[in-house]
Amino acid sequence: MADLLQQVAIHRDVDAFRQLYQMYAPRVKSYMMRQGADPNTAEELAQETLLTVWRKAALYSGEKGSATTWIFTIARNLRIDRLRKEVAWQELPDSHEETASTDTLPDEAVSEGERRDRVQAAMAQLPEDQLEVVSLSYVDGLSHSEIAEKLKLPLGTVKSRMRLAYQKIREAVEDLK
Amino acid sequence: MTIAHHVDDATMMSYAAGSLPEALSVVVATHLSVCPHCRDTLADMELVGTAMMGRLPSASLARPVPRAPSVDVDVRRDEGADVLEAVERCGDVPTPLSRLAGSDLGSIRWKRLGLGIWHLPLPLSDNATGDLLLIKVAPGQVMPEHGHGGSELTLVLSGSYTDEIGRFGVGDVADLDTEVEHSPVADRETGCICLIASEEKARFKGVFARLVQPFTGL
Repeated sequence: MADLLQQVAIHRDVDAFRQLYQMYAPRVKSYMMRQGADPNTAEELAQETLLTVWRKAALYSGEKGSATTWIFTIARNLRIDRLRKEVAWQELPDSHEETASTDTLPDEAVSEGERRDRVQAAMAQLPEDQLEVVSLSYVDGLSHSEIAEKLKLPLGTVKSRMRLAYQKIREAVEDLK
Repeated sequence: MTIAHHVDDATMMSYAAGSLPEALSVVVATHLSVCPHCRDTLADMELVGTAMMGRLPSASLARPVPRAPSVDVDVRRDEGADVLEAVERCGDVPTPLSRLAGSDLGSIRWKRLGLGIWHLPLPLSDNATGDLLLIKVAPGQVMPEHGHGGSELTLVLSGSYTDEIGRFGVGDVADLDTEVEHSPVADRETGCICLIASEEKARFKGVFARLVQPFTGL
């Protein structure tokens, strides 16, 4: 995926974009549908997400370090703008990526892929109850209070499960810092 | 700026997921604009989002792949530079907040709330459920209590305050468990200006009643 993004970013390679689209648009569409979009709107938002990747790729050319999270963060921000009734996303996440990527050296860019792999591995090891709250938060877009209500748990329990989940993820990437 | 008190992991994770209520998100975004430590945490938490998205099944697409429009690379780079500049230029009021409150704390038109306490409610989206406001507390004044139910966040923008937990200076966030009892006192020389967000409006009104009560005798 990093290679595809690099092709898209540096060479403005239209075929690479097509492959990236075919690989990710179906998942982004799925994500948007979980957030409550009808299939038609979900596909429009998926299309917009990937076109934003294409458009913004030029901003980050050569900085593939933070590229791995683009698709998620762009989709998330679009979702907040369009689907979620109450949250107006502060534009910081976009800017902070750009701030962070300025310092990304080639070696760090390599460890970014490693970082992503380790996060994925740590997620696969999470206990079911922790994965559940993480999934309700990230995929279903529920706030802590909404999760507490849905699972009939105290708010404090939801928060501590989130903290425990992150603790495991942090431990998994700690030595890459 | 040395930041001693950060956003709680659970709160930051909800922010990374895009699930944190709007009022709280403004406080977190404002803290992030001055806190590299929390920006690193956020980056890892966004990787969690990438992983979660990777676990979703693929939906079938109804439409063909759109044609990628041509992009003038140099123009886009310039745009990026502007964004960077906007992030770095943070004076008195950090960028995410300045959209709502203006860029100069000195020119805010405060509303008096009680002896030595002023406030300014900030606008949220139409359907937002929480409350967001700026509070200004005179030097040495006991501050309004908050953090007693629901999710509430306080960010110091100017001056400092001290409570049982410690000293909260510019950039520090109080993201406390709901049961924590505390009675913050604004710095004796500088006073304190804070941004306070609450998830629930009704509850915050309760806080307001308590807040005004000692000063107005209500």
